[in-house]
Amino acid sequence: MSLIEVRDLSREFTIRKRVGVVRRTSVVKRAVHDLSFEIDAGEMVGYIGPNGAGKSTTIKMLTGILVPSGGSAIVAGLEPARQRRELARRIGVVFGQRTSLWWDLPLRDSFELLRRIYRIPDQTFQRNLDDHVALLDLGDLMDTPVRQLSLGQRMRGDIAAALLHDPEILYLDEPTIGLDVISKGRLREFLRALNHERGTTLMLTTHDLQDIEALCDRVIVIDHGTAVFDGPLSSLRLNGDASRTLVVDLVDEAPAISVEGAQVVKVEGPRQWLSFPAGASAAPLVAQVAAAYDVADLSIHEPAIEDVIRTLYGG
Amino acid sequence: MSGAFHAQLSLYAAIATRSFRRYSTYTAATLAGIFTNSVFGIILSFAYLALWEQNPSAGGYGAEQAVTFVWIGQALLMTIALWSGGSTDDLAERIRTGDIAVDLYRPVSVLGWYLAADLGRGLYHFATRGVAPTIVGALLFGLVLPSPAGAAGFLVSVALAVVVSFAVRFLFAASAFWLLDATGPRVLLSVLATFFSGLTLPLNLFPDGLRQVALALPFASYVQTPADIWLGRHSGPDLLAAIGLQVAWAVLLLGACALVLRAATRKVVVQGG
Repeated sequence: MSLIEVRDLSREFTIRKRVGVVRRTSVVKRAVHDLSFEIDAGEMVGYIGPNGAGKSTTIKMLTGILVPSGGSAIVAGLEPARQRRELARRIGVVFGQRTSLWWDLPLRDSFELLRRIYRIPDQTFQRNLDDHVALLDLGDLMDTPVRQLSLGQRMRGDIAAALLHDPEILYLDEPTIGLDVISKGRLREFLRALNHERGTTLMLTTHDLQDIEALCDRVIVIDHGTAVFDGPLSSLRLNGDASRTLVVDLVDEAPAISVEGAQVVKVEGPRQWLSFPAGASAAPLVAQVAAAYDVADLSIHEPAIEDVIRTLYGG
Repeated sequence: MSGAFHAQLSLYAAIATRSFRRYSTYTAATLAGIFTNSVFGIILSFAYLALWEQNPSAGGYGAEQAVTFVWIGQALLMTIALWSGGSTDDLAERIRTGDIAVDLYRPVSVLGWYLAADLGRGLYHFATRGVAPTIVGALLFGLVLPSPAGAAGFLVSVALAVVVSFAVRFLFAASAFWLLDATGPRVLLSVLATFFSGLTLPLNLFPDGLRQVALALPFASYVQTPADIWLGRHSGPDLLAAIGLQVAWAVLLLGACALVLRAATRKVVVQGG
């Protein structure tokens, strides 16, 4: 059995609109519609989609703070909405834009409260505290009230807080939002190590596709409440209308190259850009070009992940 | 089971302690509040003295008792967070911003959490903004002191007053789950509570009919009941009955809070991502 099992999960919201003075009409909005996927223990999954696609709604149902209107979700063998508090002991949730720390309390006190909330055994607590404080470089900040921390510091504090009780699953909602490049890099490194060393399952929603590229082996793309792609990042590139680009540097300037299976999209002096389907092999194309032209250099560009996903959102 | 219960209790104690400490960091606000309570106490005392000169036994209170009533009202004003300032303000704000989601992710009762926080706050406000103005009142006007039984009953009654007031505030704050903003209900609540708690005027001075209704409402638990216990108007079985009514309101209202919270998490969207 998978750690997270989602079957035909749906959630509708009724939005009431006023028409006229007292008359109201209600519109049913399907935030999540017949969504199905499974996530195994130890996976790192990127869960992405445009704003309003249903990402947060899904996470809320997986954590039990929102009741599905149809279908089912089983997380760690539990039914989230019915067993919310039991499930809460086994998961960790980190929001980029909210904090689970207490504003007026120093980090140390927040951690201490969490120890009691989750009834963390002393040994586990001490070990996790030592580990995470060192890895996340929180040592000097333990006695600083949370309101005085910078965003990056607070974020690290939040991640340490979410991991004190050894959760099997960590949900991260936009964890790197607003962080600078260095902080982002450190955070990703920490999460990768967490997954490798402790086997913590990560589910990550983000708009920053570099997070996905750095962390996730698998991507689920959701749009209009339904999964439009579920697979490894590498095959996401091959999906849809995405294309790769062969950049050819000729010895001399020449008219647009004409070869089968590719199209010249740009010419700049001796350099030409040929676009070909992401699913096709580059080898025959390279052979053809090399046979017919005097080539100084060649390089192949993968499609930008953003572009691939944009084609998925098209519908 | 008893181990789990003990762990729960120690958690709530920890929450209450931290809440107490949180408020105690704002010393200047506390001092300003004590000053304000004292000034209002003085003004109201003179107003009451003028009133009782006209009618020396209004509502069955003597002038000295009436003035004591004023100072008890000032002492309890912040303790029960009659207008605002309780943990329920945080609740309303967290519902509005969607931060309530963080609370719901924890394996702790949200109701228990906010109640513990409010009790810690109440204790701090009682110890500072309750005790200090009362001393000012006693020095300036000479207050009626309670009997030992009255004093003990008063403390129990004040604790219950905080719980009842908390539960009412919680219900009004939770309306934000549906209304998205609880400012309107909060204003309504402060008007109701100011009038029906006995803060403006002892409920016993209300005309027949309105008086009986007012004394039966949960707001009477806020100021009227503790004050009457202090003044010795409830004693023996009557004292138990007065406290019993507070207990009944506390249980009933906390039950309603639990139901509302359940309905809210089932039906209502937690705002924002």
